[in-house]
Amino acid sequence: MTSTTTTPRSATGSVALRGVTKVYGQGENAVLALDGVSLDVAPGEFVCLVGASGCGKSTLLNLVAGLDRSSGGQIDLGDGVNPGLMFQEPALFPWLTVEANVEVPLKLRGLPRAERREKVAELLRTVHLAEFGRKRPHQLSGGMRQRVALARTLALDTPVLLMDEPFGALDAMTRDILHDELERIWSERRLTVLFVTHNVREAARLADRIILLSSRPGRIIYSTRVDVPRPRRIDSPEIANIAAEVTDRLRTEVGRHGQ
Amino acid sequence: MASDTLAATPRTDAEISGLDALEIAGRERPGSRARRFWSATWPKLAALALVIGIWQVVFWTGWKDPWALPAPGTVFADLGRYLGSAALWEGLATTGRRAAVGFAAAVAVGLVLGLGVARVKVLRAALGSMITALQTMPSIAWFPLAIVLFQLTEQAIFFVVVLGAAPSVANGVIHGVDYVPPLLIRAGRNMGARGLNLYRYVIAPAALPAIVAGLKQGWAFAWRSLMAGELLVVIAERTSIGAQLTYARDFSDSPRLMAIMIVILVVGLVVDAAFGAADKAIRRRWGVLDQAGN
Repeated sequence: MTSTTTTPRSATGSVALRGVTKVYGQGENAVLALDGVSLDVAPGEFVCLVGASGCGKSTLLNLVAGLDRSSGGQIDLGDGVNPGLMFQEPALFPWLTVEANVEVPLKLRGLPRAERREKVAELLRTVHLAEFGRKRPHQLSGGMRQRVALARTLALDTPVLLMDEPFGALDAMTRDILHDELERIWSERRLTVLFVTHNVREAARLADRIILLSSRPGRIIYSTRVDVPRPRRIDSPEIANIAAEVTDRLRTEVGRHGQ
Repeated sequence: MASDTLAATPRTDAEISGLDALEIAGRERPGSRARRFWSATWPKLAALALVIGIWQVVFWTGWKDPWALPAPGTVFADLGRYLGSAALWEGLATTGRRAAVGFAAAVAVGLVLGLGVARVKVLRAALGSMITALQTMPSIAWFPLAIVLFQLTEQAIFFVVVLGAAPSVANGVIHGVDYVPPLLIRAGRNMGARGLNLYRYVIAPAALPAIVAGLKQGWAFAWRSLMAGELLVVIAERTSIGAQLTYARDFSDSPRLMAIMIVILVVGLVVDAAFGAADKAIRRRWGVLDQAGN
């Protein structure tokens, strides 16, 4: 039987967390990073995780990505789903061209050469980098590199995308454009996105739902739906209102640690 | 022509390509190849001319007898004769073969050793510091033992060449594997690269610059060890470059002695330059050179 996973499929990618706990270290030095986090992300939903430093946002993504093991609780991604993970840095391979970078996951999936070439071209078109395939990462700007990283993650052909402050290092103009890009790709491919950020406005701009995590230990303390119709603008009043609400909660949480 | 679902996208397309064009503008470096070559070469030529000039002046002062310290002209004239003689080319063939075999063995040992230490905790604890200690050991200090073990044979030379060069290669591998950015490993694992695939797609290419640096240093050690070995272990029927150097001293033939030294210097430099070029090519591909502004 040939696999039918090569075209963007309707998302089967739900993410379910049940009482997920993570402890670093042992004995007296043990640090509780995540404390009983339960969260259901529906297929095709865009969820932003917001929190101050030390709230275990990145820890949570690593657990969902399977790069780290939880100390307790359950993580369910559905059968055979390997989520794609993006970082603040593009983490491209500097020894490969842009094309070859995007091709690596396809090679690892064992796709034949002709199909790989076709997919690489398609993915680079998706992120508007069709003419830059022969360049090397260092010849591109930061925003372009992050788009290559996005294309490479999409090459995994997974319904679930985990993003760890992917636009944190970019300037505002580039970030705006990448928000539009990500939103378009998310809706075209019906992806489930779990997006970590400390930028509340960014969360309000992108998310269907914003989840606020407390710091040390990380717990879900607040959750809100963003019912602003898309396409959205980060500088619109509705987005600003939601961001203000979340920021207030975040300040209260941070203030708790100051006493 | 993209089948976008959101109304604002055509404007965004133009914005994206506009921003891309602005951001990568001015990244291509101008400057002709010949000019860059010349600006890198003339200081070297000037330094060489200065050295020969000083040598000539020292010769004129009569500090040493002419048979001990000949004039540059005499040496270069002899070098010309030497270049035309069969002795040089036979010597180079013997020495070159030994260098190639010895270095190849050292690379094989160094790669296996380096990978082992980089991967296996026990091996690292046991051998990690020993490899560095071995590097500080002057290779000529191995020769008495080598001669006792293998007598005056080529094996004795190989023994010392491998001991001299392998630690550098191993250290290059260890260093390279240790300093693979953890982020690249996480990215690789997320893409499904596990076990051998992780080495093939991430660790080996990421470690390559450090490995090449290790090879370059290993070559320098191998070449020195080889020359020391050829001076000490003279095998009568095989007139290696080192053996010819010993003969030249035995006959107090200073011009020939210095001509041979020049040949040794040039061979070392040429091979070193080849490694240097490989190193530079890798760094250019990676974009490390551009960032450093070289």
